[in-house]
Amino acid sequence: MSTKKLNLKDKYRLLTRDLDWDFSYEDRKDAFPFEEFEGIKITDWDKWEDPFRLTMDAYWKYQAEKEKKLYAIYDAFSQNNGHLNVTDARYVNAIKIFLTAVSPGELAAHSGFAFTGRHMGGIGARIAAQMQSLDELRHIQTQIHAMSHYNKFFDGFDEFSHMHDRVWYISVVKSFFDDARSAGPFEFMVAIGFSFEYVLTNLLFVPFMSGAAYNGDMATVTFGFSAQSDEARHMTLGLEIIKFLLEQHEDNVPIVQKWIDKWLWRGYRILTVVAMMMDYMLPQKVMSWKEAWELYFEQAGGALFKDLERYGIKMPDYTDLIKAEKEHLSHQAWWTFYTNSQATAFHTWIPSNQELDWLSEKYPETFDKYYRPRWEMAKEMADKGERYYNEGLPQLCQTCQIPMIYTDVQNDPRDIVYRSTKYQGERFHFCSDQCQHIFENEPEKYVHSWLPVHQIFQGNCGGPGGLEKVMDYYKLDVGKANMDYVGSPDEERWKTWKGVA
Amino acid sequence: MTIEIKTAKMDTIRNTFGHIARRFGDKPATRYQEATYDIAAQTNFHYKPLWDQDHELNDPSRTAITMEDWYALKDPRQFYYGTYVQNRARMQENAESNFGFFDKRDLADKLPEGMKERLIKHLIPLRHVEHTANLNNMYCTAYANYCTAVAQATLFEGMDRFGNAQYYARIGLAIDGNTGDSLAAAKEEWMNNPIWQGLRAYCEKTLTIDDWFETFIAQNIVLDTLVDNLYFEQYDAWLTENNAGDILMLTEFMRERSRESQRWSDSLLKTVINENRQNADQVKSWISTWRIRAQSALEPLANDLLSDDALAEAYSALATRLKKIGLAD
Repeated sequence: MSTKKLNLKDKYRLLTRDLDWDFSYEDRKDAFPFEEFEGIKITDWDKWEDPFRLTMDAYWKYQAEKEKKLYAIYDAFSQNNGHLNVTDARYVNAIKIFLTAVSPGELAAHSGFAFTGRHMGGIGARIAAQMQSLDELRHIQTQIHAMSHYNKFFDGFDEFSHMHDRVWYISVVKSFFDDARSAGPFEFMVAIGFSFEYVLTNLLFVPFMSGAAYNGDMATVTFGFSAQSDEARHMTLGLEIIKFLLEQHEDNVPIVQKWIDKWLWRGYRILTVVAMMMDYMLPQKVMSWKEAWELYFEQAGGALFKDLERYGIKMPDYTDLIKAEKEHLSHQAWWTFYTNSQATAFHTWIPSNQELDWLSEKYPETFDKYYRPRWEMAKEMADKGERYYNEGLPQLCQTCQIPMIYTDVQNDPRDIVYRSTKYQGERFHFCSDQCQHIFENEPEKYVHSWLPVHQIFQGNCGGPGGLEKVMDYYKLDVGKANMDYVGSPDEERWKTWKGVA
Repeated sequence: MTIEIKTAKMDTIRNTFGHIARRFGDKPATRYQEATYDIAAQTNFHYKPLWDQDHELNDPSRTAITMEDWYALKDPRQFYYGTYVQNRARMQENAESNFGFFDKRDLADKLPEGMKERLIKHLIPLRHVEHTANLNNMYCTAYANYCTAVAQATLFEGMDRFGNAQYYARIGLAIDGNTGDSLAAAKEEWMNNPIWQGLRAYCEKTLTIDDWFETFIAQNIVLDTLVDNLYFEQYDAWLTENNAGDILMLTEFMRERSRESQRWSDSLLKTVINENRQNADQVKSWISTWRIRAQSALEPLANDLLSDDALAEAYSALATRLKKIGLAD
């Protein structure tokens, strides 16, 4: 006999926003103590626009449907030995990187959103963050379950969790999420909710999932499709947090601008590994890194920043640099991993001639000039039995923790960029002006960076005794999970399964 | 007669991940195990939290409780995300059909005279208590982040409680003709009626607790046991006696959920107090503090809701629960 139907917005307000109340017995600041220290000014939480009006019962219902379908595919995948259907066993190395480096980031995001979902003062924002916390838990767990089958047939997956706290290149991603989680609630929301989820999802999540689709990896791509609507929700939350902060108070604008500048750069540095995955690791390529960057950042991101202009937000001033780096990024990264793959939990290889031709075609300005000769030389050496490994330990950037591999692409792309600054009598090194600026804005934070190479030298990674001890500390199965794909147990098994001699 | 389809069985090189094998041996693991154990970061954190420079990002020392192995606090329901949402989806389907039945048969109009007003005064304000429970369990998730077995279970609990809050609000909509008037009136009760002020103060107080395990005790053990007994035992009986048993259909989700969730919180607390003497002492001390606070908080409500003996009965339910857990006075 419903006399009057509330509209969706009013109903959601009653069911959700109206649950909180003005405190009478405690100081609200004691219950939500972290709202002010970042300098953000919130004048009215009621102005928060709920980015999606999902009640909890609807959440359970939709998500359960998705989970049911997803696990049905996982079961079928295992039962039918779905790993045999990938294009080539080399592909599996892409998802080794995904599980060791990306998936633990999902758990870190889950934890960060739980923190903001408890500590933001406005209930609308809190509930949206809580749902994202729950989604991020979904993502790591479904990723683990997707990879669980691969782990039974390939090396390099089994110690993903142990490695996440220790291995040199994985510390790049860990430091990114640690950086966001150790910031205040609003910086976290801008860092992960906006910069990462909204601006960069298409350059991380999408390339891995498309790579899976192109390479016959049904488990991973099914996860990707299943997570798509979660990601869409996360993106709307990311945009709402930005708009909300900017509309709340004009004093928020410079703070938010500083965070956007910092977090887009931090995120972009992580994408180095995605660039390499797209250009070098997929037997069946989706598109080049350069094309992906142009499509998803230069076009889509450009429109976004146009939209934010009216709030006084500007596109970070380093986008010209990124534009120039897109010609180089993947090549520098794969070379780094190829020459250090005695210490990676995945295999590397020299691109085939056909792949070299593809790279020449996709990168006409740079590949033949700077990178192709390197691979031809590497091949020559490998053929002579002199496969080149870098014996030394690289210097790392204090901020992004990536080895100093980036070159001066705007002047001479053969020169490595080195930057450094002094803080409290000590010198700190950086891969770029941007990483240096990030450090200089918060030196007291970044002096604490757990830099893997420093830690090795200090004897904190298995103690003194050389790289063997470090590999034990990493639980890296030397000779199995690392070095060349050619001649690896992975390759050997693959050939046996496929009946190739 | 059974038929058997031949499938290709391939030799595996290992059965599960290294950290799972170190706990349970290299044998096929359950999905709960692989989704839960040892996936949270433990060491080598990069930066100190700006909001708490004295601790690491994931830090067991944020509570006075100590555990040799925090993953001993496993969930007997074995809920990871997938099993959790699928279980709740089934329960919400049932709730949906109950709400549908209530609406279709115009059961709101068949409630006895004055009953709607009583529900607005006594039942609907519980949505604010549930909202507090949501925040308190999120607090546990945020700080128990070093152990996914705990952090995920408190997250599920927190989201459940948000779901409960919305179900209470829907009861309001079901009896006020979908206008929302009952919710405004119930909030007025929550904010100003003296019978609720003790509980509101208790709720606000729990939101300022520092130690997340104390939060767990104050919310999931002390308050929930008392409120559940008052509402799901005594008030249910009163409603039935007073020809308003139909309302029980609308609270079935909350009642069933609470019973199920107690299995988890009982098991968790039992493991904590059996771990060492200090844990047991600490838990007892928190319980006695919050038990006293709850007494004065709930008294006016319980007296008005039921009778002057009602709260004593709820306390005896709490004593029974604590005894079962191993926390006899």
